[in-house]
Amino acid sequence: MTSAPVASGRRPAVTALRRFLRAPTAVIGLALMALLILGAVFAREIAPQNPFDLAAIDVLDARLPPGSASMSGDITYWLGTDGQGRDLFSAILYGLRTSLTVGVGSALLAGILGILLGLIAAWSGGIVDALIMRLVDLIMSLPSILVALLMLALLGRGIGNVVLTLVLLEWAYYARTARAQALVERKRDYFEAARGLGLPTYRILLRHVLPNCLPPLLVIAALQVARAITLEATLSFLGLGAPVTQPSLGLLIANGFQFMLSGEYWISFFPGLTLLLAIVAINLVGDRLREVLDPRALR
Amino acid sequence: MTAPLLELRHLRTRFRTDRGDLDAVRDVSFTLRAGETLGLVGESGSGKSVTGFSIMGLIDPPGRIVGGEILFRGHDLTKLDEESLRRLRGNRIAMVFQDPMMTLNPVLRISTQMIETIRAHESIDEASARVRARDALGAMGIPSPEARLDAYPHQLSGGMRQRVAIAIALINKPDLVIADEPTTALDVSIQAQILAEVQQLTREAGTALLWITHDLSVIAGIADEIAVMYAGRIVEQGGVDAVLDRPSHPYTAGLIGSLPGASAPGSMLVQIPGTTPDMVDPPQGCAFGPRCARRAEDCARQPGFTEGAHRLRCFHPLSGPASPAEVAA
Amino acid sequence: MTTKPTTTAPALETRNVSRRFGRAEGLAVRLHLARRRPVIHALDGIDLTIPTGEFVGLVGESGSGKSTLGRIAAGLLSPSDGAVSVFGRDPQGDRSVHRDVQLIFQDPQASLNPRMRVASAIGEAPLVHGIVGRAELDDYVCAQMRRAGLDPAYRQRFPHQFSGGQRQRISIARALAMQPRFLVCDESVASLDVSIQAQILNLFMQLRRDLDLTYLFISHDLRVVQHVADRVVIMYLGRIVEDAPARQFFAHPNHPYTQGLLAEIPDLKQRRRVYAPVKGEIPSPAAPPPGCHFHPRCPVAFDRCRIERPALREIAPGHRSACHLNDAPEGERRAPTGEIA
Repeated sequence: MTSAPVASGRRPAVTALRRFLRAPTAVIGLALMALLILGAVFAREIAPQNPFDLAAIDVLDARLPPGSASMSGDITYWLGTDGQGRDLFSAILYGLRTSLTVGVGSALLAGILGILLGLIAAWSGGIVDALIMRLVDLIMSLPSILVALLMLALLGRGIGNVVLTLVLLEWAYYARTARAQALVERKRDYFEAARGLGLPTYRILLRHVLPNCLPPLLVIAALQVARAITLEATLSFLGLGAPVTQPSLGLLIANGFQFMLSGEYWISFFPGLTLLLAIVAINLVGDRLREVLDPRALR
Repeated sequence: MTAPLLELRHLRTRFRTDRGDLDAVRDVSFTLRAGETLGLVGESGSGKSVTGFSIMGLIDPPGRIVGGEILFRGHDLTKLDEESLRRLRGNRIAMVFQDPMMTLNPVLRISTQMIETIRAHESIDEASARVRARDALGAMGIPSPEARLDAYPHQLSGGMRQRVAIAIALINKPDLVIADEPTTALDVSIQAQILAEVQQLTREAGTALLWITHDLSVIAGIADEIAVMYAGRIVEQGGVDAVLDRPSHPYTAGLIGSLPGASAPGSMLVQIPGTTPDMVDPPQGCAFGPRCARRAEDCARQPGFTEGAHRLRCFHPLSGPASPAEVAA
Repeated sequence: MTTKPTTTAPALETRNVSRRFGRAEGLAVRLHLARRRPVIHALDGIDLTIPTGEFVGLVGESGSGKSTLGRIAAGLLSPSDGAVSVFGRDPQGDRSVHRDVQLIFQDPQASLNPRMRVASAIGEAPLVHGIVGRAELDDYVCAQMRRAGLDPAYRQRFPHQFSGGQRQRISIARALAMQPRFLVCDESVASLDVSIQAQILNLFMQLRRDLDLTYLFISHDLRVVQHVADRVVIMYLGRIVEDAPARQFFAHPNHPYTQGLLAEIPDLKQRRRVYAPVKGEIPSPAAPPPGCHFHPRCPVAFDRCRIERPALREIAPGHRSACHLNDAPEGERRAPTGEIA
């Protein structure tokens, strides 16, 4: 009987997490992200006001500067109010919720679709691979904002349609990375070993190849969430994204835009700042993920 | 007796790791005379390659030499500045690596790299340097050397690349060549060719050779003297016949016994139980103790290195030199 | 199991098996969607039979095609031409072959999925194939580990936490869990330290005795093969050049290439030796020399060797060699020598 294992090491994910936490900027990004996500998830509980309950809004409170008290005296508008007298803080929490849902939802769906197509391309090779990858090239060469505008003009606005548009534009990034990574993993002995054990193809792809392809895909996912949120904000700002009943951060910015020049900066500024913080946080985390999950550093 | 060309005294090289300090070389002393070939044998993690890199001054952070002396012609290399070291490297001391691409630059032609190496240490015009480069390739058994000079490394086979790397190492007629497993990655027939050529060239020029390998059989064919390393220390050293025919350290004996050529076909091979120690947390006393059949109580202390022609680091040797006194670890 | 049990069928039988790599044709190439790649003849007309219970050492240098042959035997590659049968079944058509033949790789680090615990790595396939039920899985995994010389207490660890030798034991345990009758070992001890190599070789010999296994043992190291094999097969650039019982092979090598190889093995007993190596480079398998592939490096080549491929034919009972010199009349035949001038 041989002796004990040489290293008392942990599982790879734990090692990666510990290395992740060693960078202060990443920890700040992660904390910021957690704060924003908590705010979005518990919007209903945290917000002093339901900004879309018309009964709760008083038009007399319209365009109050930050820190003002409401006419009724119940609420202090820490971030001011918008043109309809909505509490901006509450509106931002609800808007963040919409933005994050669209961003994460589309990134997730695009991820599943893209990874599946990427794995299929890598596995089949030949004509199937060629067709999928040329489609990827096509999608990636299209100007995304133009395609999105066109699609939403056709489909009409609405959360579902925005997500659909974003998925269509985003899956190609996952597919390209998943395929490239799977081709690398495919050359490794453990892939052949799994085939030699007579395991079914789907099992080899999902249980053996996919987990080893995940690190770079996680990085892509983080950056794609940021891209989706920005794109959705742009579309909403242009009036083609989220519906008025579910305003996202982009729509909030657009709503306050007309008041910018009259000195009532806060109506656009605070939603914009929130959007900026969200994007910066996600990018900080994504960049650190890229460093930590680099296969050269991992092995 | 001539003064030694190279003398290592209690060399200690340390690497900083996530888990703590790792002393890859813990106490290595040996001497090498001009024209001699010393085979430095060990398994992975024994510190044999780190010893070679230490002599070349190629230990980069997080590693550094923390103790001992490396005397080359009487000068301590550990105290030399980078510029003086650079002048020695590739000129008086050269190294051949297991992977020839450690020597060769993939984007430069062979001729550029060879001429550069010559002219870095000698003022000589380019045409004469080129002639010398061509002759060096020819001497390493490379066919049509003139044509190969203009090739890029990737246009050559693995064996050819290693020949070029060796030709570069030998081109300034160094006093000492450190060869770190240069034939391990090569096919048997190519390995034999390279062994033959290195042997011939170093013999003709009187070059001292430090041949680092895990393969006792290769060493048997080329070395005058053998030093066996285990866990950062030399445990046995002596003439090639003495060490291979009358191994005294249980580790050396186990290593020889585990070679498939040493016992009758189909019989069970002698096997050393266990695995090599974790060098971040090596065993107390004799590092081979936990795997040793002759272990006794006193093995919990570190055995010293005996003096003489056949040196040993063991309290309970199989035969040969008297057992050493204990030293502070 | 739908297959007919064929107890008399050899473990491996290949008839005129060839394998080419690269892509010169195909729809994707014609539509300019994929690049054309040079065609490499990795295997060229291999005839080999391994009876059950035999330990065959397959030796060759780079480009010899030995690994390709191993992968075809293990059902991981299909031949471009020719017929392969493993225990009388076609490994391409019949997936149940995978239970009978298992491949052990050179690099245990690479052949184990780094993100899978040892217990799952060993237990996954037997569970999927229904060799063992979920309830008995843990005991089954422990038994395999013990048989491969591992402490089952560490089955929840990851492969990177083990040493090289232990990892090779894990991959052996994984193969044994399929209850194979035939092991293909592709340079399985080449990356291990000498003392660990001895442990693994002993394990292979022990398993052979305990489980009645057949081996195709691929190696570049003739010393290792001499120790473990009953029969030695030598390949050069995709072809078998010699095939003989081990004792006969090492005593009377026939082919000039084989004689050269044997002369070059570094030997512990030969001190300060002068090497007399085979001259020249190994040619690229993308453009092998015509006739006998070895003729440019052969010290005794003559005109016929440059044109005609020598047939692999029997020169003594159980001893096959592919050299034109064997066709020469008895008197002219060169005496088998250990070395080449």
